[in-house]
Amino acid sequence: MGPISRRLFALESRTGWAAIAILLVIGLFVVPAFNLLVPEGSFFHISTFWVATLGKYLCFAILALALDLIWGYAGILSLGHGAFFGLGGYAMGMYMMRQIGDRGVYGNPDLPDFMVFLNWDSLPWYWWGFDQFWFAALMVLLVPGLLAFVFGWLAFRSRITGVYFSIISQAMVFAFMLAFFRNETGFGGNNGLTDFKDILGFDLSRDTTKVGLYIASAVALLLVYLICRAVVSSKLGRLLIAVRDAESRVRFLGYSVTNAKLFVFTLSAMLAGIAGALYVPQVGIINPGEFAPAKSIEMAIWVAVGGRGTLFGAILGAFSVNGARTYLTGVAPEIWLFFLGALFILVTLVMPQGIVGVYRSIRSGELKDAIRRRLRRADA
Amino acid sequence: MSVTTRDNVPRLRVVLFSLILSLLALTAPLGPVHAQADDAALRAALSGLNVRSFKDKTAAVEALGVLGDPRAVTALEAMSEGRLYGRKSDETVVIGDRDGRVYTLTDPTTNSVVGEVSSREIKKIIANNKLRGIIRGVLGQLALSSPDPDLRRAAVENVISSPTEASLALLKRARDRETEDNIRARLETGIATLELGDEDPGLRRAAVERLADSNDPEIKSLLERRLLEDNDGTFVESDPEIRAAVQKAVDDINDRLALFGLAEDLIFGISLGSVLLLAAIGLAITFGVMGVINMAHGEMIMLGAYTTFVMQEIFRAIMPAEAFGFYLLASIPAAFFVAAAFGVLIERGCIRFLYGRPLETLLATWGVSLILQQLVRSIFGANNQEVANPDWIAGAISIGGGVSVTVNRVYIVVFCLIVVAALAAFIRYSRFGLQMRAVTQNRGMASAMGIRTGQVDALTFALGSGIAGVAGVALSQVSNVSPNLGQAFIVDSFMVVVFGGVGSLWGTIVGAFGLGIVNKFLEPYAGAILGKVVVLVIIILFIQKRPRGLFALKGRAAEG
Repeated sequence: MGPISRRLFALESRTGWAAIAILLVIGLFVVPAFNLLVPEGSFFHISTFWVATLGKYLCFAILALALDLIWGYAGILSLGHGAFFGLGGYAMGMYMMRQIGDRGVYGNPDLPDFMVFLNWDSLPWYWWGFDQFWFAALMVLLVPGLLAFVFGWLAFRSRITGVYFSIISQAMVFAFMLAFFRNETGFGGNNGLTDFKDILGFDLSRDTTKVGLYIASAVALLLVYLICRAVVSSKLGRLLIAVRDAESRVRFLGYSVTNAKLFVFTLSAMLAGIAGALYVPQVGIINPGEFAPAKSIEMAIWVAVGGRGTLFGAILGAFSVNGARTYLTGVAPEIWLFFLGALFILVTLVMPQGIVGVYRSIRSGELKDAIRRRLRRADA
Repeated sequence: MSVTTRDNVPRLRVVLFSLILSLLALTAPLGPVHAQADDAALRAALSGLNVRSFKDKTAAVEALGVLGDPRAVTALEAMSEGRLYGRKSDETVVIGDRDGRVYTLTDPTTNSVVGEVSSREIKKIIANNKLRGIIRGVLGQLALSSPDPDLRRAAVENVISSPTEASLALLKRARDRETEDNIRARLETGIATLELGDEDPGLRRAAVERLADSNDPEIKSLLERRLLEDNDGTFVESDPEIRAAVQKAVDDINDRLALFGLAEDLIFGISLGSVLLLAAIGLAITFGVMGVINMAHGEMIMLGAYTTFVMQEIFRAIMPAEAFGFYLLASIPAAFFVAAAFGVLIERGCIRFLYGRPLETLLATWGVSLILQQLVRSIFGANNQEVANPDWIAGAISIGGGVSVTVNRVYIVVFCLIVVAALAAFIRYSRFGLQMRAVTQNRGMASAMGIRTGQVDALTFALGSGIAGVAGVALSQVSNVSPNLGQAFIVDSFMVVVFGGVGSLWGTIVGAFGLGIVNKFLEPYAGAILGKVVVLVIIILFIQKRPRGLFALKGRAAEG
């Protein structure tokens, strides 16, 4: 066993690897097989709609991991992660927009439909290069990363912390929403980018492409999880936790808090960009609605429900909250906001460590003790 | 040229008529006899209507217009409605109102009833559509001499906006008898605009000089048209000296209009700033005093706006119509208490368990805001509710130079200043304000001195929410009342608080007006949306320099 694989193996406990292996088998083999191989109408058949929905959840899980990395571990609540997610999505959307070529409504081989509609005669400079997949993929990482680096550098350098950072990051994503709503910004305005035809030559309307995107998202989630695990179990990860719990003390000990925060914030933004890039081909549209401040706040509740400060909790939260959304908006749409609102209140009041926290206190017997104490007090 | 010849016949009659009338007026002695002479002139002019041919009737109608006696209005109106008759016995013109078989006759000159007759004794003076059109025009001219200044003003605008050949003479005559200064000024500019194209260069020059004082963009474009060249290269204004004067007048007007534009931006900025201030000041209290981020603050504004809507409906249903305008005044305390009650509920039910955990408070209050939005949507529906402006705050004030401010905006600025002054006085002088400041500065010490910090927290939160509710009353007058109303303000009001400095009332005031004015000044250059983006970027950069805002608390209080 080489040193790298040994370090890789050391990232998780034996049970952890076992759990990952089981989830991987289900995620990567069982779901696609039940969709593609099991005939329609069979009890075990998983419809393409559900594969696409699960693919969406996988992207949300990546996003939740990114947010958990900085909120759960470094204690920075970003309410602007929608900006990074959206920018990643727009980068991928621009590539797919260029792939349409002359198959658009106006049949213009050089310009996307919305530019023809706005009477533009040439492609703006910031669209150059997006006809190449490698360039778009690079931008998916670079644009959110650069934005986070500049924004984080400005914010952390002047020691903006706590709710101030949250509010400022919310203002940032709000500014993005306003800017992208304008037609003149050059990203399709209100309607955003849509009507995609294919990605890397694969037809987006085909089931196999959808399953392929789903598998890509699952693999990406695994890789992102391992990256996050590597970060939080490293020395840097412990430093971040120390920053979260006692920032001034870490500073006095001689560590550069700014650099540590900046690194993890930039990394988190890049991961969010990846999530956005995988999300857009699966839903077939990206518009400025992704920059709505409400969406960015909602991401925080995924992490909080699952249990912040635990990577597995973030994934669990993303799946459970979004699963509830799919179910409730289908059954009773007017209930959904009540449910979501109640979730925000109850999770922060009753289970601040989320589902994972509750599970842990059950396992360790703390919960039992607490209940017993409460009962005894009630008796007395 | 056949058209003109045909038209010349009635015009000749008009001239004759007016000649006779002015002679009559000249020869008439002063005093009460003068009124009689006027009566005679009017009678004579009216009897001209009682003829068979429409051509003659037209001439008589136009003569009435030239005569300019406002009493002719009733007769002409009656004529176009078919209620004007000629009495067969003495050929006088009377207004007849039919009641069964009997006609009640009124003399239009004295406006008194002169008898009741049957239909056989009178003959209707018939008007056709063409004549009715002419009557309408004459009625417009007659309004120029109406005793009601508002009617006169409207008539002046009417004549100026669609001038005919006769307009100049009409306006000049109206100017000579006009007593109100501002209407006369309007008449002067109207005359000058018409004289701009006169053949006499002296008159043209005087007109240009007269118009150079104007602030009206329309007059500016009128003057600019005088500077143009025709297709064959000759100037519309042939005299080069007058052309120079026109050029100077245009430049002068441009300079003044730029000033007015500046004033407009400033006024709109102040108006936007006061809206922001109303929305943010409650937030500043809860954020500043308690360190609590209340994401449901916008929903408190929304609740205030909906309370206004409910009050309006209650007033409409049970109060007399005259009292309807007062619903807005009644809404202010109602909105305050509704929002304050919700505030106490939120504080006691949720926030008090989360003190010292600001990020969790933020998320929990966000949950509250989602629930409140959905609650209002479930009760009132997702659509905008219509909240009417009461009469006393409707309308607009014109400042000149094409700038006008709606009255409700003015009221909001005043209202906002009153609210802020009352709040500042309350915090400064009341016992509760003292306790509040004590808790802000040092919670532990305040508690040790016997202040019930829990109670202060709850009441502070109620106060902040109540003011948000009052802000909702003001907002209901200028924007749509919908469940999303609060969302639109949440980012803006946070920006105001962060920019101004947390915990500082002054900071909030300066922040709100500063952002409002900067926003409005940026709009002409960058557009409304980009302007806002620029402002957000400026704030984000500004926070680098002063992380705790413009008016940061200093010393120990800042370490919270």
